Amino acid sequence: MEKLNNDKVRKILNDCRKATFLVEKQQSEKITAEEEIELQLHLKGCDMCRIFMKQSALINQFAKKLVGSAYNELRLEDGFKEQLQKRIDKKMDTQ
Amino acid sequence: MKIEEPKSHDLTPRLWVDKYADYLYGYACVRIDDKELARDLVQETFLAALEGIEKFDGRSSEKTWLTAILKNKIFDVYRKKSSRQNKQATEQITTTEGDEFFDDDSGHWKEVHYPTSFGIEEPDALENKEFQQVLKSCIKKLPPLWESVFTMKHIDDESSEAICTELKLTASNFWVIIHRAKVNLRACLQRNWI
Repeated sequence: MEKLNNDKVRKILNDCRKATFLVEKQQSEKITAEEEIELQLHLKGCDMCRIFMKQSALINQFAKKLVGSAYNELRLEDGFKEQLQKRIDKKMDTQ
Repeated sequence: MKIEEPKSHDLTPRLWVDKYADYLYGYACVRIDDKELARDLVQETFLAALEGIEKFDGRSSEKTWLTAILKNKIFDVYRKKSSRQNKQATEQITTTEGDEFFDDDSGHWKEVHYPTSFGIEEPDALENKEFQQVLKSCIKKLPPLWESVFTMKHIDDESSEAICTELKLTASNFWVIIHRAKVNLRACLQRNWI
């Protein structure tokens, strides 16, 4: 691995775009050891990206939750169901 | 007609509406957020299943089989929605230009976009219905391709490879989209929630 000189460290500390990118990637895939070190270094010094990481995970949980809530609430209208039932019955009768 | 083959005996099409219509409708609504289209897709699913009844091999349950048919129809919708945007978006996302959130040179957050706390990071926040509504409307505001990618990944729980194949994306473009979509969503939540 490339040695971390001051310039490189400064770049890592400032690069929130890269850090948030790695946060996203890390949620579903292994990132390289070097990326892992970069990310930890950045997060240590960056409140904003730590907030981003927390909220990013929260958004994922909420997105999953959206699925569950819809299943309990949604009903297809009865009229549409009746029509559909008729179409299916007709098709079955002609087979 | 080959409907007399053994496996399709396990299917009971006359009961499909009663047993699965609401379930499939909910499944579609979550993923495409257009009730009329969702309704039509349920209908198309049943009709396609009737046409293809001899293809049922009995390895999955009736419900799983019907859901798989619906899922393919939903993927078609994603594809159609994103294809118009796809080419242009792919060109856009491979450059960092026009990135409104981060400084072009350093990559640091631009000051106007500094993330701040939502104030609902506690564990019971998940029950917050208003937050769910805001999130939903923020997802809808994403560009179509990003919306499709986000929905497939976080709501459908599809693998990265499957999404790339379905939407014809390279892995690197896929990750850029995942990142941009999340940065946008988070910013939208910050604007509309706090």
